[in-house]
Formats: sequence, C-alpha cells, structure tokens
Amino acid sequence: MLSFALRRMLAAVPLILGVATLVFIALSLVPGDPALIYLRPGVSPEVLERIRETMGLDDPLGIRYGKWLWAFLHGDFGYSHFYQMPVRARVLAALPNTLLLASGALFLSFLIGVLVGVLQAVKRGSLLDSVLSGVTLFFYSIPSFWLALMLILIFSLGIWGGPFSFPVSGSTSPGAALLSPWDQLTDRLHHLVLPTLTLTLILTGGVARYVRTSMLEVIQQDYIRTARAKGLPESKVILKHGLRNGLIPVVTLFGVYFPFLLSGAVLIEVVFAWPGMGRLMLEAIHSRDYPVVLAGTFLFGVMVVLGNLLADLLYGVVDPRIRERRG
Amino acid sequence: MGSRVRFVLPGLPHLFRGRVLEGGVALFLWLGLLALSGLRMDRVLQAPSGDIGDWVALLTLLGVLAGVWIWSAKDEVGGGGGAPGGSVGSRGVSVEGWRVFRKDPMAMAGLGIVLAFYLAMLLAPFLAPFEPEARGAFEVGGDMALRLAAPSSTHLMGTDQYSQDVLSRILYGARISLTVGLLAVGLSLTIGVFLGAIAGYLGGRIDTSIMRFVDMVMAFPRLVLLLAIVALFQPSILVIVLALAFTQWPFTTRMVRGEILALKGREFSEAAHALGFSRRRILFMHLLPNAMGPVIVVATLGIGNIILLEAGLSFLGLGVRASTPSWGFMLFEGWDYMMDAWWVAAFPGLAIVLVVLAFNLVGDGLRDALDPRQREGRSQ
Repeated sequence: MLSFALRRMLAAVPLILGVATLVFIALSLVPGDPALIYLRPGVSPEVLERIRETMGLDDPLGIRYGKWLWAFLHGDFGYSHFYQMPVRARVLAALPNTLLLASGALFLSFLIGVLVGVLQAVKRGSLLDSVLSGVTLFFYSIPSFWLALMLILIFSLGIWGGPFSFPVSGSTSPGAALLSPWDQLTDRLHHLVLPTLTLTLILTGGVARYVRTSMLEVIQQDYIRTARAKGLPESKVILKHGLRNGLIPVVTLFGVYFPFLLSGAVLIEVVFAWPGMGRLMLEAIHSRDYPVVLAGTFLFGVMVVLGNLLADLLYGVVDPRIRERRG
Repeated sequence: MGSRVRFVLPGLPHLFRGRVLEGGVALFLWLGLLALSGLRMDRVLQAPSGDIGDWVALLTLLGVLAGVWIWSAKDEVGGGGGAPGGSVGSRGVSVEGWRVFRKDPMAMAGLGIVLAFYLAMLLAPFLAPFEPEARGAFEVGGDMALRLAAPSSTHLMGTDQYSQDVLSRILYGARISLTVGLLAVGLSLTIGVFLGAIAGYLGGRIDTSIMRFVDMVMAFPRLVLLLAIVALFQPSILVIVLALAFTQWPFTTRMVRGEILALKGREFSEAAHALGFSRRRILFMHLLPNAMGPVIVVATLGIGNIILLEAGLSFLGLGVRASTPSWGFMLFEGWDYMMDAWWVAAFPGLAIVLVVLAFNLVGDGLRDALDPRQREGRSQ
C-alpha cells in the first residue's frame, strides 16, 4: 500500500508542473504588453523600459519560464494591483470558503446520490425507478445558477408565502463578529444552507445516475445469483454482496466529479456572493487583475489534481487489485 | 381510400394505417406550418426583402413543407409502409441502432424537442410575435406600463426591463445558444477524434505526449479554464467557440484512444494488416468507424453540457455580446429584476433546461441503441 501511495503521489507532481506550465503558456499568449497593465496610459518610454527590466520581461522565454515556475511553486503569485496586496494573501483568504462549500456539497450529494442510485437499481423497472430517473435527469440538466435563482425565489423571497427565509448573500451577517461564538457559528451555517443545497442538488443527479448503472451491472453478476441461490434474504444479497462491489467505481467518480463540482461552485459563489475563489476570480477578471486570475486558475488546477490523487488512494484502499497493478 | 387522397394531406394515410407517430408528426408539422404562414402572411411576404435571418426562415418554411410532403408521398408509394429490412452490411449497425432508438419513447421525445427547438430557431422571424428589439414603452406613444409587464395574452412570457417581449427574445436568442453548442462540439470532435485515433493506433512517444497534454487540460475545472481564456482574450463568438471546443476535445480524445486500443487487437484489424493494407487505411477505414458509436453518444451529451457552459459564461457577463443576447445573458439581465418580475429570468432558464434535458435524453437513448454492452445489460 505504501509503495502504491508513493507512486501515485509522484505521478501527481508532473501534473502540477503541467498545470503551472499551461497557465504560463496562456499568460504568454495574451496580446499586449504585460507591463502596461500596471501603468497609466501615456507613460514615457524610458519608464516603461525600466519597468519591463525589473519585471524581467526582456529575458529570454526559457529564463522567464524558469523564474515564473519557481515563484509560482513557492506560492509567490505576484502583486494584485486591484486589491493592493500580495495575490497570495487574497487567495488564501478565499480558498477556505470554497473548500467549505465544496466539501459540504460533495459529502451530501454522494450520500443522497448513492442512496437514490441503489434504491433505483434494486427496484429496477418499477414506477419509483422511472420517477427517480426523471428527477435525477432533470437536476443533471439544469443550469446551477438558474436553480440558485429559483431557490432564492422560493426559500428567501418567499413568492409563495412559504415559512422559509434564508440569507442569500455573503458568508456572514453584517456585524457578525460582535456575536457570541455560538451565534457566529449558527449565523455561518445559516448562510451556508442555500448555496450548499443548490450545489448538492446539481451534483446528486449525476451521482445517482452513475450509481444506478454501476449497481445494475453488479446485480447481474454470477456471484449475486449464487448468493440468491443459497437462499440468502434479498436485503443481505444487496447490502452485503452487491453494495460492496457496486460502490467501488463510485470512488473513481469522486475524482471525476471534483472539477465538475468546482465549476458549479464558481457560479454558485457568484449568485450567493459567497466570498470564495470563484467570486474572487470573476472580480479579478472584471477589473483586469491578471495575476489573481492566473493564480486562481492554477490553484483550481491543483485542487483537481489533489482531488484525483485522493480518489486514486481511496480506490487503492477499497480495491486491493488496483494496488497490485503497476502505474 | 382514393389513391389521390394521399397526396392531399401528408401523414393522413399513415394515420389510417396505424402508424400514428409518423402520421401525427407529419400532419401536425404540415398543418402547423400552413397555419403559421396563413396567420403571419404579411411577415412571410416581407421576408424576401429582409435580412439573412428572414431568408433562412423562408427557405426553412418552404423546405420543411416540401420535405414533409415528398416524404409522405414517397413513403406511401415506394416503401408501402414496410421497414427497409434488406439492408444489412456496413449500414447494419446504424439501422439496428435506429430500430432500438425509435422504440424508446423518452429518447424519441428528446429528439422531438431538440428538432422543435432548432426549427423554432430557424423560423424565429415568423414565430416571434414581436421584433426582438422592439422596445414598446420607449417608442413614440408607448405605454410605460409595458415595462416588466407580467405574462398576458399579448406577451405570453411577459416583458423585460426595456419592455421587450421575452418570448420573442428567447426565440431569437436561441441562435447563439444553440449554434455555439453545435459548432464547438463539431470542432472538438474533429480534433478529438483525430488526436485520439493517432494516439491509440501509433502508441509510443506520440501517444504519451498527446495524453500528457490531455491530462493537463483536464486538470482544470472546465468553467475556470473557460473564464481564464475568455478573460485573457476578450469574448467574441470565435473565442467562445474555440474556448468551448478546447475544454471539450480531451474527453473525446481519451475515449477514442481507449476504443482504438481495444479494437487494434481484434481479428478483423489483424486480418486487414495481413492483407497488406496501409496503416492509414486500417485506422481510418476499419478501426475508426467501429469506434464511432460511443463517440456519437459522448458528443450528444457534450452538446447539452456545452450549452450549459455557454449559458454559465453569459450569465457571468463574459459571453457573446450581440444585439439579441443568448439565454444565459437574458438570465444575467433578469437577475436584477427577479424580485419584481420573476418571468424575465425564469423563462430563458426553462428554455435552457428543456434543451439540455432533451439532448441528454437523446444521448441516453443513443447509448442504449449504439453500445452493445449496455444493450445486453438492459435486455436481461
């Protein structure tokens, strides 16, 4: 297991280098002079030349790439001219919020998705199966930001006079710092409800669809027939023999879903004004703050690589066959 | 039934013979389009002096009317209602696939919705009750009450903050939302299939370098990559299509490579090799056609996904800027007025949901029809 884990971790290193490289390529393809971003228009050519020199823009491409990669991998993402602070500080403030939102939704959607998928597979062909198939396909096809808007309409503005009212913007109420620790916690949880619910609903459809297919495949295997032939009760056949094997591929889904989850999180952060990475990137785009955009892109890439690594390791834990195989 | 009756109303003879679905669709299309051109006669007659959109609409109208009529007449005279059972051989898979597909009501419903949306998009100038730019309240003698008016019989989906008719804007806005998806998937298919086939067939260093690049691109969440590209290069329709295709091709490449690797070892491939065929011929004539089933499935599901991504980009204010905005942009604009006028944001969103849902239904149906492994799994 240890050598398997080490091999996997080593394989992730070139991928992170690749992610940084791709960001660098994108940066160098941008038309226009990067130095001009930091300067007022109409600056004298001598000053521009000096700035270019200090920024190292006149170095050959290879040297620039080396320096840039070195800085990036050390977490030095440059200076944000919009926020007037190092990009690193700004990004590190936003990252935990994104992780909080994403991990909550990931956990809930896998929990619900697995339950729904298994239920559908067991009751295959029944009315319940068809209804759940329709519902999961619906949530699979729905734009996350639109669902967010509709949930705001229903649960917060209460157009149907419902009893619900949840906050729809930010991660804390104004003046939350003055509250007692307990009230601060409930305030934060209160703000988490709608964003997490939206993201969970979006993801659950896909998870349930996948689990259903995977379980159906397992249920048709010979050993399930054997278990039934032995006269085991159906619940034991499904829960003990079916579920164990049916859920193995779900661990891979975890890795596949990570980028999808983060894409969804970006949109939902914007709708709910959640102070995470996605909202930060969008703000940076609108204010042409390229260092923040690039650092955000890089960190999202790193998150996906690490998420995949985690999924790989989990796969090794639940399925011994994977550990033995090379690669 | 008189032999000439069948030429009068297309689809009617099919209905009498119990082929309800084909007959009904043909009859509905034919009568519906006739009614449309009757009701909007003045608009249709104006079309020849209009812009390219009007021309496209006119040609579509005439083309579909003629097409339905010819299909119906020919089907009755020639085929006599029988299915083309004799065609086996190279087209066997697709014929067999179609037979499975048409028995799947959900997939057929999806196909119907997709085709209806594209038809509505092409016929937008005739279908839309108002010009999409017509700003009722702001024109001379306009009525300010028309601003953000609730859905009514004149404005079926209400009006927006510029008192433009939401339904008309949805019909015109479909042009961007639906074409961008098709273009991007077409482009990504071309690149993805080519690179995947080469990587899988040639192997070695070429394979490694292509797949490493695929891994790199796939390491980014798609929306984040799109945001970064669009932010760096400014949104134009070309940049958006290229960027969407750029985030889509790795999926195709990875899958095609896997299929080619699996097919490479099969007997027919070795037989072709033994016959002395060139490698290019084996790859493109023998291996690739056999790998196309899953590719088509993934492409269909991909269109739905790309429509969602484009809507997301537009919603963030980074989509294509046009006089008639895409559905995502309408949502972005309607967001501010959501408390007073839910219809401005709700209906474009529903349009997106419906189209994406339909593409996913078609994709699911195609998977059952084209992927033999799945089919065996289902029929047990």
